[in-house]
Amino acid sequence: MADVFKALADPTRRVILDELTERDGQTLFEICARLANKHHLGSSRQAISQHLDVLEAAGLVETRRDGRYKFHYLHTEPLRPIVTRWLEPERDP
Amino acid sequence: MRINITSVLVDDQDKAEQFYTEVLGFVKKIDIPVGGGGRWLTVVSPEDPEGTELLLEPDGHPAAGPFKEALVADGIPFTQFAVEDVHAEHERLRGLGVRFTQEPTQMGPVTTAVFDDTCGNLIQIAQYDG
Repeated sequence: MADVFKALADPTRRVILDELTERDGQTLFEICARLANKHHLGSSRQAISQHLDVLEAAGLVETRRDGRYKFHYLHTEPLRPIVTRWLEPERDP
Repeated sequence: MRINITSVLVDDQDKAEQFYTEVLGFVKKIDIPVGGGGRWLTVVSPEDPEGTELLLEPDGHPAAGPFKEALVADGIPFTQFAVEDVHAEHERLRGLGVRFTQEPTQMGPVTTAVFDDTCGNLIQIAQYDG
């Protein structure tokens, strides 16, 4: 769970997740264009690629190749323990 | 000095001629054999026949393949064309079987989409919303 919190701690990475929520399955180019033009985040392509690596290591983003293109998908499963731990803890019978 | 030609590196000039004319709707301007089986092959927009020519240039140099593959994998377009209406053009091209790697998206003052030219490149179409 520490990886998930570390990944979510960065505001640029949270914006990347916001944009993937709006449209799932984006190329690196589209993510960079959205960050630059919609959010005025002037990060380099290399920096955004590193952010995506952190999100992928935490399991929050999955990359899949489709032919010659590589797309990034949102994967929210690692967020579920946050809900079950604090928001919906199992009660003792 | 002025810009009279820009180029895209294509993997097959015959296929490129067909795609850039029949699918995209450009018209052939110059077609001259230049030896080695290659042609000096340019197209122009019918909306601007005296405007900048697009050279459909063979990508035979050994560095061209890896370069193009790396750009395509990351979804990076090689060049950009202007259109009046990205959404309408997206519909038209999709109907002709063109594959898009980015659906029409509002990007601040511009709406863009990115498609595959079938010759090893991605191309961005853009509409300035003013």
